Amino acid sequence: MGTSSILASVASAADTSGYAAIIPALILIPFVGAGVIALIPRRRVELFRGVALMISTATAAVAVFAMVQFDRHDAGYQFVVRRDWISDLGISWHFGIDGISLFLVVLTGIIFPIAILATKAEHDPKPYYAWLMVLMAGSMGVFTALDLVVFFVFFEIVLVPMYFLIGFWGHGQRIYAATKFFLYTMFGSAFMLVALVSLAVLQQKAVGGPLTFDIVDITNNLAVSTNAQRLVFVGFAIAFAVKVPLFPLHTWLPDAHTNAPTAGSVILAAVMLKLGTYGFIRLGVQMLPEPSVWAAPVLMTLGVIGIIYGAIVATMQTDLKRLVAYSSVAHLGFVVLGIFSLTVQGIEGGVLIMVNHGIITGSLFLLVGMIYERRHTREISELSGLQKVAPIMAGVFTLVMLASVGLPGLSGFPGEFLALLGAFAGARWWGVVATTGVILAALYLLWAYQRVFHGPTTGKNTLMRDMTPSEFLVMLPLLALIVLLGIFPKPMLDRIEPSVEAIIHHVEVSVDGFTSAEPETDPVATDHGDSEEHAEEVDR
Amino acid sequence: MELVWLIPALPLLAFLILIPFGRKLSDPGAGWFATLLVGGSFAVSAAVYLELMSRPADDRVVHQVLFTWIPAGDFSVDIGFLADPVSITMALFITGIGALIHMYSVGYMKGDPKYSKFFTYLSLFVASMLVLVLADNLLLTFLGWEGVGACSYLLISFWFNEEANATAGKKAFVTNRIGDFGFMVGTFLLWMTIGTINYVDIPERLGGITELTATAIVLLFFLGATGKSAQLPLFVWLPDAMAGPTPVSALIHAATMVTSGIFLLTRLEPLLFQAPIAGEVIAWVGLATALVAALAAVAQNDIKKVLAYSTISQLGYMFLALGSGAIVAGMYHMITHAFFKALLFLGSGSIIRSMSHEQDMRLYGRLRKYLPITSITFILGWLAIAGIPPFSGFWSKDEVLAAAYSSENLGVLKWGIGILVALLTAFYMTRLVIMTFFGPKENWRDPEKLEEIGVASSFDDSDPSADAEAHHLEPSHTPKESPWTMTVPLVVLATLATVAGILNLPFADRFKSLEIWLEPVLTHSHEAPVATTLFILAGVAIVAAVLGVIAAYFVYQKQKIPAERIEKPALVHALYINDTYAEVVAGPGTAVFQGIADFDATMVDGAVNGVAKVTTDAGNGLKPLQSGLVRTYALTLSAGAVLLLGYVVMRMSF
Repeated sequence: MGTSSILASVASAADTSGYAAIIPALILIPFVGAGVIALIPRRRVELFRGVALMISTATAAVAVFAMVQFDRHDAGYQFVVRRDWISDLGISWHFGIDGISLFLVVLTGIIFPIAILATKAEHDPKPYYAWLMVLMAGSMGVFTALDLVVFFVFFEIVLVPMYFLIGFWGHGQRIYAATKFFLYTMFGSAFMLVALVSLAVLQQKAVGGPLTFDIVDITNNLAVSTNAQRLVFVGFAIAFAVKVPLFPLHTWLPDAHTNAPTAGSVILAAVMLKLGTYGFIRLGVQMLPEPSVWAAPVLMTLGVIGIIYGAIVATMQTDLKRLVAYSSVAHLGFVVLGIFSLTVQGIEGGVLIMVNHGIITGSLFLLVGMIYERRHTREISELSGLQKVAPIMAGVFTLVMLASVGLPGLSGFPGEFLALLGAFAGARWWGVVATTGVILAALYLLWAYQRVFHGPTTGKNTLMRDMTPSEFLVMLPLLALIVLLGIFPKPMLDRIEPSVEAIIHHVEVSVDGFTSAEPETDPVATDHGDSEEHAEEVDR
Repeated sequence: MELVWLIPALPLLAFLILIPFGRKLSDPGAGWFATLLVGGSFAVSAAVYLELMSRPADDRVVHQVLFTWIPAGDFSVDIGFLADPVSITMALFITGIGALIHMYSVGYMKGDPKYSKFFTYLSLFVASMLVLVLADNLLLTFLGWEGVGACSYLLISFWFNEEANATAGKKAFVTNRIGDFGFMVGTFLLWMTIGTINYVDIPERLGGITELTATAIVLLFFLGATGKSAQLPLFVWLPDAMAGPTPVSALIHAATMVTSGIFLLTRLEPLLFQAPIAGEVIAWVGLATALVAALAAVAQNDIKKVLAYSTISQLGYMFLALGSGAIVAGMYHMITHAFFKALLFLGSGSIIRSMSHEQDMRLYGRLRKYLPITSITFILGWLAIAGIPPFSGFWSKDEVLAAAYSSENLGVLKWGIGILVALLTAFYMTRLVIMTFFGPKENWRDPEKLEEIGVASSFDDSDPSADAEAHHLEPSHTPKESPWTMTVPLVVLATLATVAGILNLPFADRFKSLEIWLEPVLTHSHEAPVATTLFILAGVAIVAAVLGVIAAYFVYQKQKIPAERIEKPALVHALYINDTYAEVVAGPGTAVFQGIADFDATMVDGAVNGVAKVTTDAGNGLKPLQSGLVRTYALTLSAGAVLLLGYVVMRMSF
């Protein structure tokens, strides 16, 4: 019974099966790369950064190749690989990429080389870059895993390098921050472990046959009682809520961000925060539809709280990095809100924000890192009038800030708009309240910008260097994406949409009485059909 | 016409080229380059206009879709342009006035260290504004809407070293975002109700909409409009926005961006007529804003603040027209206002520049002989705004007031308040003209006055980083007329402000060119009152204007009545509305925010650390229990078993 649907999922990806090496490459290149770095003698300090850059760039190239080869009409998993691991327990190395995970994989691929290029290990480069490579491999593993145990293993693996990156290469209260980060996530993971084991066992009891931890199999043949499903969902939800993070489980984030080295903050924001929201889609909405519908009001409420509460707390921060960290709480609130609106627009918007928040907030952390490197402070009150001495940095900061605020035309907007539209469609008043978040986003960022870049240039600020050409060039790909994905997000949406529609369809089929919210009248399709519809008005 | 996309593309190209090459083109190359491309955009607009004119009235629509912007399930919007009489009229005056103001800025910004950056921003502004009006759907309009907002922010805080300028820029953006909330929710609700946000499809799909929903949608978009078009309760950013360079005030904060709200409601006109209550709200808010701002304008001493409040007041007139169902009258007044207000702002810029960047009118006086071109053109603008026939403002304002008069509810009262605003307008503008160009003496010659006011003058339209000496007004100062790059735009605008009335003369239907031109795209036409009524209304309006002028003449020229008796503190502070907001934000607002931040640091995080501490303490406390003695373990185990057993027995026996 279970095998037939697995076969079906493999068969559906038959046209891309020629690229079965893609996912193993995404995970193994950085993983083996970490081993290579470990083998380089410690005294060859000049080698580590270059080797790490080469490894991560090679991984990025594979990710981009996967994006190019991705069949945008296929809603199922592509590049699927499956090898038995512990066959007695039904655990297998099962991987695949669909529209939900594709761009998270690409984002992970792009962010690592940029973070490595933009920053340097302040000391002990060998373990620093080795850990970064492990982190990259682990992140790729989470986004591609299609087996609960494999997912869990990778979900846990990424904790270790991040713990060391914060604890050993961080600043300030780094040990406190690293321990808090580790314990907090472990706390959540304990619930996930219980949940996934219970789920597999209960599923076996319900359908008979062999035990399986296969996500696709469980998704397609879920037969566990509703109450048990809900309990399992709660277990997963606690783990993901810590990771997102959702109020009130968010306080590890500002400490971790603030004390992490710049590259750590960038990767934490860009990649690791997405593990939770990704889990909510893959193991939440997709695998456990009924509990997702059941819990949607609570999670949407937590999303809205995150949006507004995160923005308000961000406004009052005195440390620039902490401010950006709290802005992530707000942005990830939009993602959770969109996902649990259980509409096509909401989930597509959520996925879009996940990727673009990575680009935008990653850029913000790079910029804050540059300021810290020059001024050795992140206290907003110590900074003033930097635009006068660093006009290029100010210009770049302005662009990134406006993208973060959600200015249409830049990449922060399409996702935020769709998430809010979906929320409005799914739960009107949640959408309305969440939309006030756009006011607050403008408030905290513009106020911070004013205090840091505007006003008279005082004291040590007069001596600050502007961005160097090489620093600018490193950021250029991110800036280009910010503009490009703002005016032309269509290629992304085209690839995300089939998978999202399949998920929504799956939820509608699985949950009695649930239909995803749509306009009251038939919508006018204004894309392809429209230009023909109004062809007579277009005078050519 | 495949040219429509070029209209916004040309200024956008200027922006893209000026980012890397602006510094190389420098002063004045960058300025002329931007002027040229905006002028090119005007030429294309004119070509599209002529093309539309050559078509039959019901076929004057060019819809050009470039590509799909955001497709998601049933929702899909394009990057697409819609050139019809409404949008092309907007495009013509945006690019026309835009090109003139670019040219003016070539002279005005001369010598500024950030010369090329100014034109970079200004070009982006024009491009965004054109996207706003030419968009074929609400979301693309929103892109332009936010784009102009961002440019406004960048240009208000252009001289950012001055804290006040930076604050004003931020305030403008954040206040506008409150309005944007309305715009966004309005978009959501419209899409959920009729399944489209495309302007072409909206009219066809309004059949089943309920009045309640239509009212909600219109009011949400109107909230957006009160932000961008500076109406009650969100008008407070505009007076502060005068911190930007004066050409910015003229282009963005008088002629174009601030009219976006009127344009938006004009685009949503089919919906407006489904929501009569929303129309009433719009009319009354417009009227109240017109009155409050006119009262405030009476008591301002900063020349740009007078004009800023005047702009708010005139925008109120336009909303009064829209709310009364007179779309054409609203557009008409928007166009004439764009001409005369741009003229007045550019004139004030010329005055300010000639007076070493002093903006306090109490230090002006008798400038007429020093600034011949500026003063003549300014006086023409004054006649236009004061509503003196045959200047343009008279005709358009008259149409607005006639529409108010003939509106269903309390028409006479609306008209009466409108007439009062007209009187106040004539009064404060005459006051401005007398204090600046006429008056008994040249006030800056008085060293004591200069000392007292020059220091107290809170407002400084200048770059503090530039040569401080150049910005200091001396008693010996002799004002000089501005260069030709600045006076030519003044002359052109003065001509337009004088004659623009002919766009829509009321004498016979065939003279109503604007109405004939716009009518086919509007779903409802507005009935003007009969001719005799019109003549009486116009007569009263002329009397009011003349009374305003005469009153100001006696107070400020003849000085028969002390000005202090009119310029009350409440008026200086615009009825303390802004002050109230400021106090709420600085007091309770900040306190609540700080309270939440403290709650996060102490309660939420504290709870987590508390759990950690309890765990650690418990661990420490439990340490002695792990004595390693098997006997202790066995004892504990047995004690537990006994207790458990006891419990079970108890439960069973009851």
